[in-house]
Amino acid sequence: MKDIREDIAWAKINQDVMKSLENPRPLYWVILFFAVLTFGIGIGCEVYQYQMGMGVANLDNPHVWGLYIATFIFWIGMSHSGTLLSAILHLMHADWRKPIYRFAEAMTTFSLMTAGLFVMVHLGRLWQFYYAVPYPNERWVWPNFQSPLLWDAMAIFTYLSSSVLFLFVGMIPDLAIARDNMHSGWRKKLYTLLALGWEGTDRQWRNFRVTYLTIACFLIPLAVSVHSIVASDFGMSQQPGWHVTSFPPYFVAGALYSGCAAIITLFIILRYVFKFEDYMTLPILKKIVRLTFAIAMVWTYLNCIEFASVWYSHDAVSKDLLIQKMTGPYAPFWWAMIFCGSIVPLVFAIKRFQTNIPVLFATSLLLNLGMWLERWMIVSPTFSHGYYPWTWDHDQWPSMIQWGIVFGSFGWFTLLFMVFCKMFPSVSMYEVKEMVYHRTLHLKQNGASEQTVEQGVH
Amino acid sequence: MSKRHLLALYGDFDQAEAVVKELRNTKISGFDVNDDMIVKSPIEHPEVEKFLGEKPVYVQWFTLIGAVLGGSLGFLGISSAQANFFMQMKGGKPIVPLPPNFVLTYELFILGGVYITILGFLICSGLPAKRSPLYNAKVSVDNIGILVKAEEAAVGALKAIFAKHKALEIQEEAGK
Repeated sequence: MKDIREDIAWAKINQDVMKSLENPRPLYWVILFFAVLTFGIGIGCEVYQYQMGMGVANLDNPHVWGLYIATFIFWIGMSHSGTLLSAILHLMHADWRKPIYRFAEAMTTFSLMTAGLFVMVHLGRLWQFYYAVPYPNERWVWPNFQSPLLWDAMAIFTYLSSSVLFLFVGMIPDLAIARDNMHSGWRKKLYTLLALGWEGTDRQWRNFRVTYLTIACFLIPLAVSVHSIVASDFGMSQQPGWHVTSFPPYFVAGALYSGCAAIITLFIILRYVFKFEDYMTLPILKKIVRLTFAIAMVWTYLNCIEFASVWYSHDAVSKDLLIQKMTGPYAPFWWAMIFCGSIVPLVFAIKRFQTNIPVLFATSLLLNLGMWLERWMIVSPTFSHGYYPWTWDHDQWPSMIQWGIVFGSFGWFTLLFMVFCKMFPSVSMYEVKEMVYHRTLHLKQNGASEQTVEQGVH
Repeated sequence: MSKRHLLALYGDFDQAEAVVKELRNTKISGFDVNDDMIVKSPIEHPEVEKFLGEKPVYVQWFTLIGAVLGGSLGFLGISSAQANFFMQMKGGKPIVPLPPNFVLTYELFILGGVYITILGFLICSGLPAKRSPLYNAKVSVDNIGILVKAEEAAVGALKAIFAKHKALEIQEEAGK
């Protein structure tokens, strides 16, 4: 299996990555077209909802949270693997992260931006958004600092801004390369501005290393706290199915899981579209696949823990809800979640599939479908089958407007992501050079020591 | 007396290291090896720091100050807001509840830490910066550059050292 070559010239690394900014395969434009189309549908649905009111979304009482909040959690979850994995693998000096971390971090940023949109969409009366802002006012309405919803807003803002900074700081040396290699024009001006005058001096690298490491250290607990807090949005309520102690780790595992699955999908797309076959290699894909498999098993285990704790808790309502999920109107989706989340990843355990691109692409899409269903199965069944039988509503189904906005969010994310990859180097050039350099050095040292051993024998 | 800049490019770190060592060991009048030399490289290479000698990094102090300020100001801000919200029905609960405030304090601790770390990075790295007198784009490809600043009298000796170690290219700032 071909890995990154040790003898690859550094100039070629620059050339290949810079080429991706100008000359992608035609599939890029096809993806971009569908992204714009889907996003347009989402925009149309949102405009209609804005004009007509939240009734058109078919949200009602008890179904006050629908696909919007489920999809919000999905996008927050998706954001986790990028920055979190990048930071963890950076601290662990895992060399193989280097060609893939940039797009994973971009994925984090754009997922968070997409998730943030759902808060606005869900609010309904957008023109009164300022009601949620804490300032002295005649309404006597104040945000409740004791509410996990407010913690969530703060945590997401912190995570988004920190992730953007982490992405930007890590990109500065590559922006300088882009500045030096781009023909004059608006792009050169943009890279010159963003590179901040980077020249790779020893002083700059010294401070860069400490800064990058420090932010990575901050981001790991931050990422864990963000999804724990999202879990608290549910776990701190008294609703059946939500008031579960294992919710925060369950959410964090789910977030890592969906993020890893998304990394596989995007890895395969970028590898082909931007001709990154020499950098996004199959051995790296294999490592991500194995990591995803491990996280899938943790997620499955935490699911079992959740079911067991409900089953043995003697909480009749929660147990009734669990049975309702398995056998009621949501059963096909609930079982699909179990199938996609726990059974499908077993494909990753089979060695020959760990580098089979069509199989991995299809599997990663199914995993993400499973993870989206998971979020939906957290939100909606609880509303449909709560404590009071007179509030039960098993027949509610999200309207086309809700579905349209959900699909639109995928278009929005894809649009942002693809534009980013065309505008900025999605493979870190300087880190791939470091990777190649260290491997060469390692080979040289090994060669030297082998030679010494041989000389000793003779 | 005005100083002139020289930039020598090398193909690998070993050559650059040899040059730096020689510059350190050679006494050249009009050239201070500690203040007048900058090594530029296309990758982060800890060995560069080894042969350049220990130089302090202060970014972590910015981090500490940012995190402490972020956390403490965050807690104070939220608590003072809560203490002013007497119109809210508290129902016997504490006016400033510590456990929920801890969550927000934690987030602001990180937020302050990250923001001020970035500020520290920019200050300590001297960014944003103007292009240095002699810049060669090859440094962002695969060359290691040694930029020196010296008085006119020292230029000849420096060029000789660069040439001795087989510099790929020597750029010289035009005389003033």
